[in-house]
Amino acid sequence: MRIAIVDESATRAAVIHEGIAALDDCEIFVVTQRTGLVARIGEIAPDIVLMDLGNPSRDMLEEYFAVSRAVARPIAMFVDESDEESIAASVEAGVSAYVVDGLSAHRIRPLLDLAVRRFNAFARLQSDLDEANGKLADRDAIDKAKRILMDSRGMPEHEAYGEMRRTAMRQNRRIADIAEAIITAHQLLGGQKMEMPR
Amino acid sequence: MSAELTIGFLPLVDACLSILAREHGFAEDEGLSLRLVKDVSWATVLDRLLYGHSDAAHMVAPLALATTLGRGRPAQPLSVPFVLGLNGNALTIRPDLAARISELGQLGDPVKVGAALKLVAAERLAAGKPIRIGVVHRYSSHNYMLRYWLAGCGIQPDRDVEIATIAPPFCADALEAGEVDAICVGEPWNSVAVERGVGQIVLVTAQIWRRGVEKVLALREPVLDQRRGHVEALIRAMRRAGAHFVDPENWDANAAILARPEYLDGNPDVIRRAISDRLLLSRGGEVVHFPDFMFQHREATNFPWVSQAEWLYTQMVRWDGMEFDTEDARKAARVFRPDVYRSALLGTGDDLPGASSKVEGSLAQPMAVSTQQGAITMTQNSFFDGRTFDPLDMQGYLARLP
Repeated sequence: MRIAIVDESATRAAVIHEGIAALDDCEIFVVTQRTGLVARIGEIAPDIVLMDLGNPSRDMLEEYFAVSRAVARPIAMFVDESDEESIAASVEAGVSAYVVDGLSAHRIRPLLDLAVRRFNAFARLQSDLDEANGKLADRDAIDKAKRILMDSRGMPEHEAYGEMRRTAMRQNRRIADIAEAIITAHQLLGGQKMEMPR
Repeated sequence: MSAELTIGFLPLVDACLSILAREHGFAEDEGLSLRLVKDVSWATVLDRLLYGHSDAAHMVAPLALATTLGRGRPAQPLSVPFVLGLNGNALTIRPDLAARISELGQLGDPVKVGAALKLVAAERLAAGKPIRIGVVHRYSSHNYMLRYWLAGCGIQPDRDVEIATIAPPFCADALEAGEVDAICVGEPWNSVAVERGVGQIVLVTAQIWRRGVEKVLALREPVLDQRRGHVEALIRAMRRAGAHFVDPENWDANAAILARPEYLDGNPDVIRRAISDRLLLSRGGEVVHFPDFMFQHREATNFPWVSQAEWLYTQMVRWDGMEFDTEDARKAARVFRPDVYRSALLGTGDDLPGASSKVEGSLAQPMAVSTQQGAITMTQNSFFDGRTFDPLDMQGYLARLP
């Protein structure tokens, strides 16, 4: 089975590739370039194309399939109508699959399921990464704000942190938000003595 | 507590009505909270609609019919209770080629431009490099209007010229890279190509058919049934948005809203030009005014005429190489739902036509038409070749087309 993975995110394409490579009897091609995509798919002549749902080239590729092949059944992510559930899962995960004529449903299904799992895994990875990045940025801001309070109000470190924490609780905001406010105010006031944000 | 409706759209000026209904509080006044989801391809907009990520979608009209008839994928009945607008597209050609087929600084005459293009197309075909024109989707009004014009000028699409699909945001890139010689796309994407100096606008689609049906609001038929009240509220909100959109007082403000990153993410000046029916045809040239370039509100624009769906069906038969099928024609006609539009606006005082179908392209002069409520004067709605489309004789019409 010849599988083309089309994704403008090379990282995600690699994650999908890695998952699918475990399947027997599969030849996998990864395409990350938008230009020349249709010609490349023509050369690869895949049995199935896996593509992220929001890929900007989908209309172009659907047109290519519609014109270039006299197919008896629709080429689309719709393998057959009994597969509604797995298709809904794939839409949910953000993967679309174009199945080129002549591939039976029992071969497509496990592949599609696998692709969905990899897409979901990638999305989780991404959100973990975003969260971790967010935490790092937060810590940075808190440290900076602590230093401002220590310098401008002569507080020891633990007291500066305690003051921010109490303010955050009182105002029902995150400590990182309070820290951001202190930094912004400090910049606006050109480094004068600081009051806690109210 | 307002009801939420999620609407999918592509970043195009004619996605304006739902955006403005949300931004100006017209939807809220009707008890609706609109969530708008932007995508970059029609395939994605359609998938989200079919799998319930969205309740309704901004959609190229022929795609709603194609989905209902199962063209390219298993059939899923869609319904169109509201037309989002007429026309608003243009044909933008590489400057060197444009210089050969039209005069700089003005929109061409469709017959003359067609005749000139025919000569160039023949040359290019003989040289083994046929002219290639990009349209935004196989099932788009752009594709059908372009093909209607080409065939009417003696240029056989798919034989004398190639027609390819390119998503709107990439049309200018494709022109620049030489992947296509011309594009037929909605605004702001023609202007983007013009501003970059990679294209020149030679025709607008309103010159091919003065009242060509363009984007529609599409829903899955069962969703329309389940949420009928909300859909009717949306129709009322979008009629108000349309009145706001066409009022020159609001052009600056609305262009600024549409230009925002979450909507078109574009240049407000370019968007304002489209809203005011103005276009810069070539870089460094004068801005040209073509009344009715985009048609969003007047003359009951948003009324889903059954005859519009039927015209689209004849073009689908024509270009997909299908046999005319009475049952398919009936299904296609039923996609457009004037009954829903009527019940939404009955009693509001808004204009409602008396009929649900009309002979398309029959008006060369303004004409007052009979109405259920309000007063409507229809103006010129002709096709460039002077043909008319009578929905009672679709097969005869098809037989007479070139």
